[in-house]
Formats: sequence, C-alpha cells, structure tokens
Amino acid sequence: MKYMILIHSNPHFNERWDKLSDTEREEFGRRHYALSDELADSGELVISEALGDPSLGKRVTVRDGQTMTTDGPFAEVKEHLAGFYLVDCDTEERALAIAAQVPDAVWGLVEVRPLLGRNGEDI
Amino acid sequence: MSGPRPGFEPLLRELAPRVLGVLVRRHGQFGLCEDAVQEALLAAATQWPANGPPANPAGWLITTASRRLVETWRSDAARQRREQNYVLQAPPPTSPAPADDDSLALLFLCCHPALAVPSQVALTLRALGGLSTAEIARGLLLPEPTVAQRISRAKARIKATGAQFRAPAEAERDRRLPAVTRVLYLIFNEGYTTSSGPALQRVELTAEAIRLTRQLHQRLPGEGEVAGLLALMLLTDARRPARTRPDGALVPLAEQDRRRWDAAAVREGTELITKTLAEAPIGPYQLQAAIAAVHDEAARAEDTDWPQILALYDLLAELAPGPIVSLNRVVAIAMTRGATAGLRALAAAEADPALAGHQRVPAVRAHLLEMTGDRQSAARHYRLAAQRALNVPEQRYLSMRADRTSQQLSAEPVTPDIKARQARGPGSS
Repeated sequence: MKYMILIHSNPHFNERWDKLSDTEREEFGRRHYALSDELADSGELVISEALGDPSLGKRVTVRDGQTMTTDGPFAEVKEHLAGFYLVDCDTEERALAIAAQVPDAVWGLVEVRPLLGRNGEDI
Repeated sequence: MSGPRPGFEPLLRELAPRVLGVLVRRHGQFGLCEDAVQEALLAAATQWPANGPPANPAGWLITTASRRLVETWRSDAARQRREQNYVLQAPPPTSPAPADDDSLALLFLCCHPALAVPSQVALTLRALGGLSTAEIARGLLLPEPTVAQRISRAKARIKATGAQFRAPAEAERDRRLPAVTRVLYLIFNEGYTTSSGPALQRVELTAEAIRLTRQLHQRLPGEGEVAGLLALMLLTDARRPARTRPDGALVPLAEQDRRRWDAAAVREGTELITKTLAEAPIGPYQLQAAIAAVHDEAARAEDTDWPQILALYDLLAELAPGPIVSLNRVVAIAMTRGATAGLRALAAAEADPALAGHQRVPAVRAHLLEMTGDRQSAARHYRLAAQRALNVPEQRYLSMRADRTSQQLSAEPVTPDIKARQARGPGSS
C-alpha cells in the first residue's frame, strides 16, 4: 500500500526556522537524509523530494486552448507544500511510524494520506 | 535491458527455477546463484532468437549461469580460494536433476519467515517466475530501485539466517505453507487489475500466480488449501473479461455479462474445488473457492444460490474471521432474508471494532439502503463510500451509484415505493 507523507509549511514555521542555529538546521537536514537512506534500504521508499520555495511557483491556466502562466507568490496561500515522502509499506501503522520520524513532525506539519490504488476487487 | 522475450519466454520461465535449483544445490550461496541465473536468462533472451535455441536449453542455462558465477568469484579477490575449489570439484553440468524438490525448496526459501512479505513477493517472482527486476517493478507499479533493494535485502537476510536450501520436512512444510500460499495469493491480487486501458507493458501477474500455484498443486496434490487457492484463482480470473467496461469502469458481479466469463476456467476451478472439498480438511481458501464456484454456477445473477453462499460465509467467519468476510456475510444475509435483516446484521457486525471504521462499511450500507427503497439515505452513504474508497475503479463506481440514486430521488416522489421495495428484497417475495 502506498502512502504520501506530506510536509506542510507556513510563514509561522519560516519565522521559527530563521531563529534556529546553523547546527540545529544541519541536524534537521541530516535527519531527513538519514530517514531517506533508511527507507531506501528497507525497500519502502518510492521517492522523496523537497520543493522549492512557493515564490518560485507558477500557476498554469489553459483557457480556449491558450496557456497562461502567473508568477507567484500567491498571497492568499496560508500553508504550502514543502516536501514529501512517497512510501510503499505494509500497513497504515508503519506509514504513521515513518511520518513520526520526519523531523518536521515536531512542528505538527506532517500529514499522511493513502494513495488510491488502480486495482479494484469484485463487488 | 528487460524487453519482452517473445517466443522463448514461457520456456525460460519454466526453466529458471530448475536451473537455479541445480546451482544452489551445487554451490550454496542462493543470492549469488540467483544473480547468475538472471544473467543467463538475459543472455538466452538475446542470443536464442538470433542463433536459434540450443539442443539442451536447460544445460545451456546451467553452463552459462555457472560461468557467470565463476566470473563473479574471480572478480572478487577474497574468494579466490573458493574459485580454485570450484574448478577442482565441479565438472560442467549437463542436465538439471530432481526439478520438483528444487522448485519446492526455492519457493519455501523465497517465502522464508525471516523476510518481510513485500520481499517474499519480489523474490518469488524473480527466483521462481524468472522475471527481471524491471518486469517485477512494472507489475507492482513501483520504481525499479525499490524492487531491486527489496530483493538484495531479502537475499542478505536469507544469508544471515543461514537458511538451508532443501525441501522442508513435512511438519515444517505444514507450518510454513500458509506463508507460501499467502505470497501466491498476493501476487494474484496485485495483478487482478480492473484497468483495461493500455496495459503499460504490464506483466501478467495473475497468470504468473496461477502458473506458480498450479506447479505447487502438482507437487503437493494432497494439500487441500493449495488446491483451494488454485481453484479460487481460476474461478475469479474467469470473470475478468466481464468485470470492466471498455472505458475501465467496474462492473459489479450482479451486472456482469456472464456469457463473457471464461467457461473452461470456471469448469476447471469448479471440478477442482468439488473434488478437494470431498477429500481434504476444510480451509479458508477452499471456502472462498466454493463461494466463487456457487457464483460462477449461476447462469443469471438472480439464479444465485444465496442460502448456500450464506452457509459458506458462516463457516468462513468461524474459520478465518475478518472485516471483509463479515461484510460479505452481511450481503449474503440481505440476499437471503431481505435488506432489513441485512441492515440489522450490519449494525451488529459493527460492534466489532475491527469493522467499525472499515472503509467498505458505507458501501455495503448504501447498497442495503437502496434495496429497502430508501434512496435518500442510500445516496448519502454511496457518497461517503466514494470518499472512503482506496482505489480508483471503486471510487468511480460508488460515485456513479450515488449520482444514480440521487437522480432517481429527484425524478420520483420521495415516499418509498412499496412495490419497488418488495421487488428489490430478494428474500421478501
């Protein structure tokens, strides 16, 4: 069963991040790498990435066959996606245990969602 | 690297575990031997179509794999002494020996209790199925490195446990057989896709599971649960041509065009389960196969022998209780004694915490409510069920049912239609 572990962020988190010491930030990143390595080793990691800042984001709209792009930042967005782990593991409990190891979980910004499978059983 | 192997593929798949068995029996070191066999299969897939197959395909594969094994050892300085021993000891092999024992031993090794289940699945597909890592990854919808890591980790684990390569003795076999049948069942389910669109070169995991289970059944004909599992796979897979619409939408059992079922597979599965039930101690796979057989015997959905299905679910709930069994039993109660009885049974079943939060509960409740004629509540529960669905075809199907029941709601008076209710409650007329 595949689960997406979403790491959210918000301006409040950014403020707290700015106050961290270099060592603390390094430790944060090191734990992310360690978790990725551990999941790759156990054969549970599908992919894990961090996303660029939302100010780098662009919105794409297609109208009457015309593509339009709008540059960020988008002021109305209170919370944004900062990164994710896509894992394939045996149970939901295991996915939650992995999520608890994501360093950002101490800020309460980690969410676990099941992926919709493509297989359906008989009904 | 792992393109299709047209023509020779069935032969290579058949030979893969036999060749591996010979190598492991001779040299030990399951992990290295398995890699060597994969390379020999790849060499065969590229060379045979161009040069024609060798006179002795198995002997060719054994020789080629042995050569690869020696090359691996040679490149590893620490193993030089072992290489010398090998050269002294081993004459070039020519033919595989007791294939049956070897395949059994391999299957039990791949499903070793020290391995995590996903690793057992991947390793079985490689060692027994002769599939490449890339093919397994496509079949399981995973990236190749994830599968590669599962396989190499599994091999390291087997090495660390010092597990022996031999067909297990009877007592041990009985103890470990459930893990083996579970892996085969999971492979089958992984492949039982409803998607009928372009198959993305999808490896037929259902066919592979049936092939491996058939082999196991030939080797252990007295094992009722192996026979039951094979029958269950045949009877389920038989419905595949009818279970999706051309656009990929799911067709529920009751609405399937039964003329499109694979009659030969239904016959084989039915004969197998009938014979097995008469001879072997009963088990969960046999009961599930028996239920599938009762469904498949009915020429039309309304001819289904629901009392018999309910009796089988009663047994199954005793023998192997679980949320899905409880829910299917509730449906059987509704089809036998009417929707109201079904709703009562569902409410009672929900007292079990394992079932209370199960994502299938709203779907069953919606179906039963629709049977009673309470379309308003049915539509609401279908909506909820669609939100809870964990796969796309089911989500689409449940949304469609929600739409359909709401439309009927606006098109007809809200007061329950007594005649419709009677017509829909199969036990009430």
